[in-house]
Amino acid sequence: MDIYNEISTNKRNSFLLVSLFFAVIIILGFIFGYIFFDPYLGLFFAFFISLIFTLISYYSGDKMILAMTGAKEARKPEHTYLINTVEGLAIAAGIPAPRIYVINEDSPNAFATGRNEKHASVTVTTGLLRIMNREELEGVLAHEISHIKNYDVRFMMLVATLVGITVLISDMLLRSFFWSSGNRENRANTFIIVIGLIMAILTPIIVQLIKLAVSRKREFLADASGALLTRYPPGLAGALRKIKNDKEPAIAGVNRAVSHLFIADPMRFAGDKVKHWFSTHPPLEERIRRLESM
Amino acid sequence: MIASLWILIIILAVLVLYIIFSYNSFVRIRNRTENAWAQIDVQLKRRYDLIPNLVESVKGYMKHERETLENLTRARTSLMNPSLAKKAQASNQISEALKTIFAVAENYPKLKASKNFLQLQEELSGTESKIAYARQFYNDSVLTLNQKVQSFPSKIIASLFSFKEKEYFEIEEAAKKPVKVQF
Repeated sequence: MDIYNEISTNKRNSFLLVSLFFAVIIILGFIFGYIFFDPYLGLFFAFFISLIFTLISYYSGDKMILAMTGAKEARKPEHTYLINTVEGLAIAAGIPAPRIYVINEDSPNAFATGRNEKHASVTVTTGLLRIMNREELEGVLAHEISHIKNYDVRFMMLVATLVGITVLISDMLLRSFFWSSGNRENRANTFIIVIGLIMAILTPIIVQLIKLAVSRKREFLADASGALLTRYPPGLAGALRKIKNDKEPAIAGVNRAVSHLFIADPMRFAGDKVKHWFSTHPPLEERIRRLESM
Repeated sequence: MIASLWILIIILAVLVLYIIFSYNSFVRIRNRTENAWAQIDVQLKRRYDLIPNLVESVKGYMKHERETLENLTRARTSLMNPSLAKKAQASNQISEALKTIFAVAENYPKLKASKNFLQLQEELSGTESKIAYARQFYNDSVLTLNQKVQSFPSKIIASLFSFKEKEYFEIEEAAKKPVKVQF
């Protein structure tokens, strides 16, 4: 497994994800049209809706994610070290310098997003800047830069936006039928049952997709290529240990759809019971152990 | 007769394809090393521009370190030497002199309190680490290129189209030793 394989796998997965999104929305549109007006008109509308949402996700997904998490662009002089380090690591990785954002949050965390090397950004929380020393911060940033270089960001961004939109659309359709008029009640009931069935099939697939997006392989590879950039694995290992021991509450404004983007699961304190079922991040202990044995 | 002709054609086609792919991959690696070198140059230039400001801001405080400052200015001038080895040497000298100045600055509380100086220090150490990163990327790219130029059969393509080995941007042994500070 090397990074060139990783890049082509990520590009292929992104394409498959977009195809799956199209298929789901078109099926929804077909059923919707079949019950209420004309199946082919429904299909036609659904095609345009998925086309528009895919284009928006691909070209502005990163901006949506940044707005959602309340990230602000980092500025000199208060973030000079952060900016210089990201620019330096980008030089070491041979990619253009990404944009740099800061979220005003006490919980230490970071993520990278974007569609390719030229359109990418790295975001950190103020908590991360506060508790990490320079080597540790460098380690975290190198991990994020590797996600950009490996094209992990494209696939992870599309998962965040397209999965989010699918859930939103089916939710909206369901809700609209609870308010629909009486004489269509039977049809509406059928539709609710069909949608319910589709969602029952879809939900595990979506969870699987999110898991795929933070597959252990992807994180371990980013850890390893990050260490290759800094030539200092203890930096990231120390940072992960600090994140593990941190007891700050989860980040506000972060939900399941974007949690997989972060270096450490930002929802790891929310709902202990479901934690195991939806656990998407590989265990920090194992990542630390691997970094220490490099 | 026809069969052997076909075999000959296939062998020729494979050969031509190999030459095309190999040539293109040489071009790619060579462009990468050139881009990597440009990155080093950008950062060296940036540091070159920052040094006069630093000298200006510390001159008033550091009366006893005239020699260090002069060394710095001299090394800065020799940075404009086009030879790669000379450039690397001058760059290492500047790094050394900067380390000394920042170490000595610890003894001047007034200087440490100056916002201007602190910003310059942060900028310069940022540029220092960018130079280190750019050097790492350059040397890694040169390693890939040189390995390809030296190994068989890509060696043949290299000599055919005169792709040459490139020089590493070396750090001197002295740069790895701890800094000596005189008081």
